[in-house]
Amino acid sequence: MVAFTGTTVGRKYLMGVSGLIWAGFVFVHMCGNMLILISPQAYNAYGHAIVSNKPLLIASELILIFALATHIVSAIALTRQNRSAKGIAPVRAPNGAKSTGLASRTMAAQGALVLVFIISHLVVFKFGNYYETTVDGVVMRDLSKVIFEVFQSCQPVAWYAFCLVLLGFHLSHGFGSIFQSLGMLHPAYQPKIRIASLVYGFVVSVGFLSQPIYVFLSQS
Amino acid sequence: MSAKTIDLTLKVWRQKGQNSEGSFKEYPAKGVSVHASFLEMLDQVNEALISQGQDPIAFDHDCREGICGSCGFMISGNAHGPIKSTTVCQLHMRNFENGEVLTLEPWRATAFPVIKDLMVDRSAFDRIITAGGYISVNTGNAPDGNCLPIPKPDADEAFASAACIGCGACVASCKNASAALFTSAKISHLALLPQGQIEKEKRTIKMVEKMDSEGFGACTSTGACEASCPKDISLTNIARMNREFLKAALCEKPEHHHGEG
Ligand code: SF4
Ligand code: FES
Repeated sequence: MVAFTGTTVGRKYLMGVSGLIWAGFVFVHMCGNMLILISPQAYNAYGHAIVSNKPLLIASELILIFALATHIVSAIALTRQNRSAKGIAPVRAPNGAKSTGLASRTMAAQGALVLVFIISHLVVFKFGNYYETTVDGVVMRDLSKVIFEVFQSCQPVAWYAFCLVLLGFHLSHGFGSIFQSLGMLHPAYQPKIRIASLVYGFVVSVGFLSQPIYVFLSQS
Repeated sequence: MSAKTIDLTLKVWRQKGQNSEGSFKEYPAKGVSVHASFLEMLDQVNEALISQGQDPIAFDHDCREGICGSCGFMISGNAHGPIKSTTVCQLHMRNFENGEVLTLEPWRATAFPVIKDLMVDRSAFDRIITAGGYISVNTGNAPDGNCLPIPKPDADEAFASAACIGCGACVASCKNASAALFTSAKISHLALLPQGQIEKEKRTIKMVEKMDSEGFGACTSTGACEASCPKDISLTNIARMNREFLKAALCEKPEHHHGEG
């Protein structure tokens, strides 16, 4: 086997596969969190079910960490390679009939911001304040209390709104790109993939956004 | 034919040679016929420069009918100018407004060093082709055109990929200076035909490796290449290159050398 992952094409496979893992996770995460709109108890019970299944939890976390690390390392390698390949940039980006999407041109910068968001998100929630509650006689973490605490003021809601729109933006290009990187584009379904990617990014963004906004409004 | 003319201002990248510093210089282009091609307009500007004893603006060209791939430079950020599916030699001045200011600069890519002004050295493309863009054939008379059955859709797709003229606009329009569209068009054109099967794996690996070692960047699917390509080469070629590369990397047989083992 050739030094597959040393080539630009090989690195795009790494970007694609790791991106796909996260794209899947983000979607499931968004759907599960919708329970907060139903009731804090349902949300807590859901969270408890996840953390109680230790083997599944640890396996998923390891896969996610590994995928994220792969995504970041490949992105840095590719970005550096791409900058030196371009050298001097033209005075203007392609424009008019030949223009390209803003999302696709700024993926690296978006990625860096999304990483900051992921870290801050874990600090605030996963490793944040710990409260306990009892649902149906079972003692569990009251994560919904943390959520209501965080999203009672404007600033965190605004920060989340910004980050979630950004995440949706990143995914709206990234999700469709995965297919090209993994060699799965065909004239028959290329346009559909592009649309599916936009819809996916939008749904993730709006779905997640509805949660802090709901929590904020329900307290004000 | 109307005698409509327009006046333009050109900001042109002037660079004496590969190792000298370049900069933009302003030139007026007055009384340009809207029927002229962009290169004919530059010819007029150059004639004026020559008559003033100045160095004319260097740019590449050959066929001037959109088939050789020699011409090409950036016009205000767009490779081959603002009109889709067009080389700069086929771009007509009627597409510009009177009084427009246009910035002309060479293809920007480390792998395409500037020779002079708007002219770049694209021999990196030739080296990608030499790395694997060929097929094995029987010597002797030309075979009968129909002796190898090829389904029409395959022939059409291969032909669409083969339309690439190697102009380099894909690299120039790409913010990563990626040669993925060019290389994938060349890989696709042969991978789609029975004649290309013998060296398929080896070809894909060699051409991708060459593309990388020449210093081109990676594809980030912005689609700038497809939008700028005068021959409408599709992004699906890049997907084909990627899957052929994975297949080849997984199935590559070790190379046998004559006289060994
Ligand atoms: S793919 Fe298109 S833009 Fe690129 S070299 Fe070929 S013809 Fe030119
Ligand atoms: S001069 Fe041949 S394509 Fe433009």
